[in-house]
Amino acid sequence: MKKCVITVVGKDTVGIIAKVCTYLAETKINILDISQTIVSGYFNMMMIVDVADSNKTYEDVINDLDKIGKNIGVLIKCQREEIFDMMHRI
Amino acid sequence: MINIFEVNETNKMVEQENLDVRTITMGINLLDCSSNNLSEVNEKIFNKITTVAKDLVHTGEEIAKEFGVPIVNKRISITPISLVGAAACKSSKDYVTIAKTLDRAAKQVGVNFIGGYSAIVSKGMTASDKFLIESIPEALACTDFICSSVNVGSTKTGINMDAVQLMGTIIKQTAIQTKDRDSIGCAKLVVLCNAPDDNPFMAGAFHGVSEDDAIINVGVSGPGVVKYALEKVRGESFEVLCETIKKTAFKITRVGQLVAQEASQRLGVPFGIIDLSLAPTPAVGDSVADILKEIGLEQAGAPGTTAALAMLNDQVKKGGVMASSYVGGLSGAFIPVSEDQGMIDAVKAGSLTIEKLEAMTCVCSVGLDMIAIPGDTKPSTISGIIADEAAIGMVNQKTTAVRIIPVIGKNVGDMVEFGGLLGYAPIMPVNPFDCTAFVSRTGRIPAPIHSFKN
Repeated sequence: MKKCVITVVGKDTVGIIAKVCTYLAETKINILDISQTIVSGYFNMMMIVDVADSNKTYEDVINDLDKIGKNIGVLIKCQREEIFDMMHRI
Repeated sequence: MINIFEVNETNKMVEQENLDVRTITMGINLLDCSSNNLSEVNEKIFNKITTVAKDLVHTGEEIAKEFGVPIVNKRISITPISLVGAAACKSSKDYVTIAKTLDRAAKQVGVNFIGGYSAIVSKGMTASDKFLIESIPEALACTDFICSSVNVGSTKTGINMDAVQLMGTIIKQTAIQTKDRDSIGCAKLVVLCNAPDDNPFMAGAFHGVSEDDAIINVGVSGPGVVKYALEKVRGESFEVLCETIKKTAFKITRVGQLVAQEASQRLGVPFGIIDLSLAPTPAVGDSVADILKEIGLEQAGAPGTTAALAMLNDQVKKGGVMASSYVGGLSGAFIPVSEDQGMIDAVKAGSLTIEKLEAMTCVCSVGLDMIAIPGDTKPSTISGIIADEAAIGMVNQKTTAVRIIPVIGKNVGDMVEFGGLLGYAPIMPVNPFDCTAFVSRTGRIPAPIHSFKN
């Protein structure tokens, strides 16, 4: 298992989760956990995913998600989970 | 499992609070490039650097992308060149050829700086050391990415005052040789006392002789992160203040540790150390002076500054030490003037003087750093400033350094622009009284006694 964290931040609009999830399904990336809040009209979502079986390279996934984000008008980042683990867990 | 608030906190640090890994520095041993034939030395040095470090920049960029944390600089530190070139270089001109080779190698591998055009002369100077030091002005004038350092003293050996005197002249010559670019050569030249072997930060980085053949050292940063964390505890007690700094330093350092481990693994080079320094940049909000203001000072330099800085420095170390398996380098808060917007403001407001900065260097790393002084400052005065700073390092068993820039053609009240991470600075006044008779005494100041501490 190779866990990554995808974050989506931006103005709320129809179909953000749908677009991201469709892409992940096509790329064979399994979603392990989703949490989402809306803070003063801003959409804020975090997904923990497993990219072990992904049919694209990790770099392509990062670039693709970035492009999808730009099309919807939100910021999508995909980062390896270790950075958060290192910072917040002893 | 990680929750959304933790993820947001980390990303906010990167996006809004200037968290970054300041540098991945690869230390490379060049002792095996030694030969008595100069062109052979040059060829071996070029080949070794461009082979060992060929993937450094690419790997750094890859890690930055995967983890979503910027890695600002990729650098190389090398064995002090006065050792590598000793057998081949018969004059300072010979050393300049090595400087040009290093610059060419740095450009080929794409690093930002290469440090180690250095001599360690804390007790005495060999002929080779002297040639190298004398070649520094020309070497820095005809290259772009070379950083040079000279270690003139240590707690164990005392201070080599002959070297201190020489360095006053060398700094002045370097300023003159690069006067058409605001004497920028001096921004890449540092005079140290108790220089560490594994420092990843420029201009004082070199790969000490006690090190592995190649090694990865990482310098973290994050004054902005500490400042924002402290905004949330305004008016609270010192206990709360210190806890907040420690926790923040821990988090920042963990990022450095992760990056260092990854880089070490991907490059197949052992991990050396994490340098815990808070390194500011000229970007607004990425300032050590702003932390001091947040702690409760109107400006950096106000009474209380030294105490606040001592506390900050200590808490950063306490938090950082637990976050990393190996800590080394300079590890403290940097207080450069031109690279820190808050420091620049404090100088402009008349709050911060060279004398106060000197006091501050007693309690933090690393010394009088990136300070622009009038271009007509005498070499002996510069030597006096170096001697003062080296004495602080020698007596307090810590690293101290001087990186000052006598900007030719400029005077107090003028501004000087170095560009990029080197920033800009107002020219600061220097004490006008003379110390020539002191610094022209020959020999060295003996090592201090380590008892009867007062």
